[in-house]
Amino acid sequence: MDDIDRRLVNSLQDGLPVTRRPFDGLADAVGLGVPEVLDRIQCLLDAGVLSRFGPMFNAEQLGGALSLCAMEIPEARFEQVAGQVNAHPEVAHNYAREHRLNMWFVVATEEATQAADVIAAIEQETGCKVYDMPKQEEFYIGLKLTV
Amino acid sequence: MVLTDTDRELIAAIQQGLPMVSRPYAAVGTQLGLSEAELIVRLTELQNAGLIKRMGVVVRHRALGYRANAMVVWDVPDNELERVGRLLAAETCVTLCYQRPRRLPGWPYNLFCMIHGRERDIVLRRLAQIIEINDLQAIAHSVLFSSRSFKQRGAHYAAITPGLPVRRLSYG
Repeated sequence: MDDIDRRLVNSLQDGLPVTRRPFDGLADAVGLGVPEVLDRIQCLLDAGVLSRFGPMFNAEQLGGALSLCAMEIPEARFEQVAGQVNAHPEVAHNYAREHRLNMWFVVATEEATQAADVIAAIEQETGCKVYDMPKQEEFYIGLKLTV
Repeated sequence: MVLTDTDRELIAAIQQGLPMVSRPYAAVGTQLGLSEAELIVRLTELQNAGLIKRMGVVVRHRALGYRANAMVVWDVPDNELERVGRLLAAETCVTLCYQRPRRLPGWPYNLFCMIHGRERDIVLRRLAQIIEINDLQAIAHSVLFSSRSFKQRGAHYAAITPGLPVRRLSYG
């Protein structure tokens, strides 16, 4: 990744305008033609550095729910429980973290009320308590991950 | 705002990403039988209504070598939450900052932020600076580094399948 790639990544995180030719401004800013910029973005997508270029949705506005959940899993059962939790399609972003609460994941559902069902199912299948911590307020972050 | 059937088709068509061409909305419009201008108008409306935050990307920080991913959690007195939340969110290396409910007795923390870095010691040094600069020494905090990621799907959900009357929302 060179300096131009870094500038592309930073600009793309902030979003591009919804216009007929959304990549023109970006191409001008980095001093390349649009075809070269598109090639570079495609490479970054192929390399897995970037997720697809597209709409970033607001779950709550769409009527859905996103909740951060944590569990305390005995080390010996960790893989097994991870499998049980990840088998739910509503579960995303599952991380092991170094804490008494050692499994952290996001539950995303189409309707706000469905999150409780998913969480109850996980508790029943695993026999472990789920700490459910939905977002109450989001503090605005101006600049995202600068690379 | 109520989503129309056309909105659902539109979202379903673009949720996996726009084609990497100079006029992506024209390309998607052709697929849906809509004009480029119609598509742009409707997407702008969805954006103004807050359903779409922006047309952008999610950086996979691990693919970039940002291996140290710390969730820093704080037990902030309720009457200071707004002030401390704003201070943390304004820090360049903080990428998310949310208020969440305490779950007592096991979990006393009500403010969550993420700090990414290439190495753990860099993240911890940045955290120490943030505490020092913002005078947060009195607020109890805990740092939870991630040791493994099982699923890192971007926050792209909203699968609205055309032709189905019921909205379907999923990750992946």
